[in-house]
Amino acid sequence: MSSRAGDRASVAGGPQSASAVALPDSPQGSTEPLVQVRDLVKHFPITHGIVVQRKVGAVKAVDGVSFEVRRGETLGLVGETGCGKSTTARLVMRLLDATSGEVRFDGQDITRIGGSRLKAVRREMQMIFQDPYSSLNPRKTIGSIIGEPFAIHGLERDRGARKRAVQELMEMVGLNPEHYNRYPHEFSGGQRQRIGIARAVALKPKLLIADEPVSALDVSIQAQVLNLLRDMQRELGLTLIFIAHDLSVVRHMCDRVAVMYLGKIVEIGPADPLYAAPRHPYTGALLSAVPVVDASAARGQRMTLGGDVPSPADPPTACRFHTRCPKAQELCSVEEPLLQDKGTGTEAACHFPLTPEEIAEIGVRSRR
Amino acid sequence: MSAADPLLRVEDLRVEFATEDGVVHAVDGITYQVQRGRTLGIVGESGSGKTVASMTTLGLTRGPRASISGRILFEGRDLVAMSDGELRAIRGNEIAMIFQDPLSALHPLYSVGFQLVEAVRAHRDVSKRAARERTVELLRLVGIPDPEGRVDDYPHEFSGGMRQRAMIAMALANEPKLLIADEPTTALDVTVQAQILDLMERLQRELGMAIVIITHDLGVVAEMADDIAVMYAGRIVETASAELLFAAPEHPYTWGLLKSIPTLTAPRDEQLVPIPGTPPSLIHRPSGCHFHPRCPYAQPDHSRIDPALEPVADEPTHHVACLLETPVRRRLWAELQAGRMPDEALAAAGRPGEAS
Repeated sequence: MSSRAGDRASVAGGPQSASAVALPDSPQGSTEPLVQVRDLVKHFPITHGIVVQRKVGAVKAVDGVSFEVRRGETLGLVGETGCGKSTTARLVMRLLDATSGEVRFDGQDITRIGGSRLKAVRREMQMIFQDPYSSLNPRKTIGSIIGEPFAIHGLERDRGARKRAVQELMEMVGLNPEHYNRYPHEFSGGQRQRIGIARAVALKPKLLIADEPVSALDVSIQAQVLNLLRDMQRELGLTLIFIAHDLSVVRHMCDRVAVMYLGKIVEIGPADPLYAAPRHPYTGALLSAVPVVDASAARGQRMTLGGDVPSPADPPTACRFHTRCPKAQELCSVEEPLLQDKGTGTEAACHFPLTPEEIAEIGVRSRR
Repeated sequence: MSAADPLLRVEDLRVEFATEDGVVHAVDGITYQVQRGRTLGIVGESGSGKTVASMTTLGLTRGPRASISGRILFEGRDLVAMSDGELRAIRGNEIAMIFQDPLSALHPLYSVGFQLVEAVRAHRDVSKRAARERTVELLRLVGIPDPEGRVDDYPHEFSGGMRQRAMIAMALANEPKLLIADEPTTALDVTVQAQILDLMERLQRELGMAIVIITHDLGVVAEMADDIAVMYAGRIVETASAELLFAAPEHPYTWGLLKSIPTLTAPRDEQLVPIPGTPPSLIHRPSGCHFHPRCPYAQPDHSRIDPALEPVADEPTHHVACLLETPVRRRLWAELQAGRMPDEALAAAGRPGEAS
């Protein structure tokens, strides 16, 4: 494995290859990252015509993304609507088939497997969705919803044993086990999200993907669910991919963070340096846009981006951010910047990264 | 009336809806005021009554099953007592409102320009041509690029941010004295949210209107509001200037909100302290202090006594509805600020009953 990883890093010539650096070679398989994503691409075709469909273009939802998720860590994916973060998650889960590139899970390329091998892999990865209302079948009791993974994989066949397993899970996520026979509509949003978490951890997966797990919840409930996710992660040794648009939540939850813009990762690195000293102007703008809960600190200088995110069907050339970037120069529309670490601990894809003075000036209002 | 009178004064407003399950006490006796040119932020969770209170200001909750009492004085005129016709002359004219979801607030089958012209001509006797010129001017004011070219676009041709700008343009069509913004940026991305908040601040400066901004996001009110009212279960539980509310909050629910959200400035490993339980039903409300079932500091008699919204001892502008003694609350908040959990804070601050 170690030699293969080395090969890949030197061979991969894609625009994002700088992030696909080989890990320190290690004799033990278990220190290898749980998830390795290489040059992942997903284009959704745009077609014209009804009988004879002609392909006239493609929405480049994910366009060459590489990252890895180490065992036991939490990787955050942030970005605005349409940046490809949810598509990336669905590709990792094989809920969508990639146009090109590969996803290695636990050392195995899962982009082209099928049938029983895929089913076996799926047991190891689970997902929690944003909307706790539409992600639970209203006609099933929560006992059968949480027990469904056992049924699918033919585990706990004995009825009594399955009920016990489900009730243990309910207790673990803070639900009353006596509510086994109730239906989803009898639960509040926060409780439903707990049901979703219980279902996701039922088979003790290695990887859990949480796609905006708290954005549909009330403020006072969000912390309950975030704390539960952290507890579950600690107890079960889960690896977590955490997708959210709320940068404060991502900072709280994640060890490392990848910032996406128009189908590409523009900056990736450990949360502390990324939030304290963002290198990419887009990361800076995102952080600067977050309202601060402190009336005296607020009303600082905000770095406001003009315009809207361009269409992913027709993204700008070279650096995709150059049309909205306050620092853009001619080079940015000609040559695509690669992800690279310029000694700050994070990798940014930018020709003219933010300077410390600019970071202070745009009022990225973070103490650390 | 003198210039010192508030633009809007809501007095003991109650809104109840009769439903099959019982009477929903959506708004339960709230009092607040908005001064000219100032911004009031109303913060609360879903079901706290914040939206119903504001919609009632515009008469949008009237109906056979709704019972509304109290007074809403707008420049001295009582909006609750007004006829529908009188209210229609004020709505969209002197008081305007923008909503959370601009896509469902705009009619999909009419162009943006058509809908704006309609808003202008509803209250002004101007020609179509003059109204169209005004529309283009409004779109330019809210920062739509190439307004002449975009005026005939349909809502689906606008992005989310542009739709909210168009909604703001429509609200501004008749230069309202009061703008009610109900979760104006909740459906938007953070960078677009920043654009819209900047726009609202600029327009307020230029046009001198007062704003009531309704949101669940404490960050948004911290940036926008001069004064803040915190609502819980149909009531205002705390109200103060923004500076005071964030520097020295007095209500345990406000503490709960502040401690349960991660921020960009707190240490990254800081433990979030959730508020236990869930917001109460507005049909079967808890007895006594409505917050007592979720309050870590509640005492036995708090389930019997209903606290009134009263000024804090040494801060006459800061009102709170809490049965704890002020010195106890201050000690509790100091302990929470020092990073203690609610039960530790309670132990350190001494038993609340013994304070007086």
